[in-house]
Amino acid sequence: MRQTWFDDFRGGALATLPLTVAVAPIGMIFGVGAAAKGLSVAEAVLMSGLVFAGGSQFVALDLWRSPAPWFALGLAALLVNIRHVLLSMSLGGKLQAFPVWLRYVSMLLLADEVWAMAEKRAMAATLTPAWYAGIAIPFYIVWLLATLAGALAGTAIGDPRALGLDFAFTAVFIVLVVGFWKGRETGVILASSGFAAIAVHALVPGAWYIAAGATAGIIAAAIQEFLWSEELPA
Amino acid sequence: MSIEASAFAAILAMACATILTRLSGLYLMNRLRLGPRGRKVLGAVPPAVLMALVAPVALATGIAETAAAAVTAFAALRLPLLAATALGVLTAALFRALGWS
Repeated sequence: MRQTWFDDFRGGALATLPLTVAVAPIGMIFGVGAAAKGLSVAEAVLMSGLVFAGGSQFVALDLWRSPAPWFALGLAALLVNIRHVLLSMSLGGKLQAFPVWLRYVSMLLLADEVWAMAEKRAMAATLTPAWYAGIAIPFYIVWLLATLAGALAGTAIGDPRALGLDFAFTAVFIVLVVGFWKGRETGVILASSGFAAIAVHALVPGAWYIAAGATAGIIAAAIQEFLWSEELPA
Repeated sequence: MSIEASAFAAILAMACATILTRLSGLYLMNRLRLGPRGRKVLGAVPPAVLMALVAPVALATGIAETAAAAVTAFAALRLPLLAATALGVLTAALFRALGWS
């Protein structure tokens, strides 16, 4: 029994190893960026530990001021991470081997990469709690340690703007956007979102441009799906 | 190694918001019956949110950012996340070093 548990944990950890290695530099970039924005080492590590969602953490740095605007930052995190609702809906149907309380606990570590590896495993076999722990726990620990290393190195690295490091967050998001491309429909969604975001960003202070762009993109998707689509509803 | 009260409140707000998104999908899964079209519209959320984040920086900040965004997007067609990000960062640094910002 114990042997099986360890085998499954190791299986999950080994399958996820490439992603666990790749997240280290991103965590370091976050730590460096946090230091450049004036967050203390403890604050940077606390954010990585409690939020554990890279995209929203980079957005928070973008919006970070002193004193920190908690409402704007909380709202931005909600908007950026709303995709987790979909991820946890999808994975939620594949947790038959988990006791109900453990299903909710495991969702606390649901990052994009963890989700992808768990879905991959669920296609081939029953996803066990031990396998999921093998995916999520090493990934989480590396994210924390990389944040710590980046925050400690921090300002020693030099002016992050001259090095282009402030652009790293935007670059990561652009790569993710390209990954979501599914053809013309995506183009209409992106154009609507981008146009609304730029307009609101120019006219309204704060993080509202994120909500405006997201809403415009979703409305564009709904119009395409319900009004323009030629297929009959299923 | 200190934590400011306002920073702590902000981090807590972010954590609560994120935990809500992670748990609500699991909770909704059994209660909400989304048709394939509803699912598809909900699938527009990630690119719409990401584009809203990127557009003001990429298209309305300066030449360096716009050039770096174009390089990143092009690189992302062929290269993995880390390499494409590195190319974008290099482009931004290069343009700024040349004074084209």
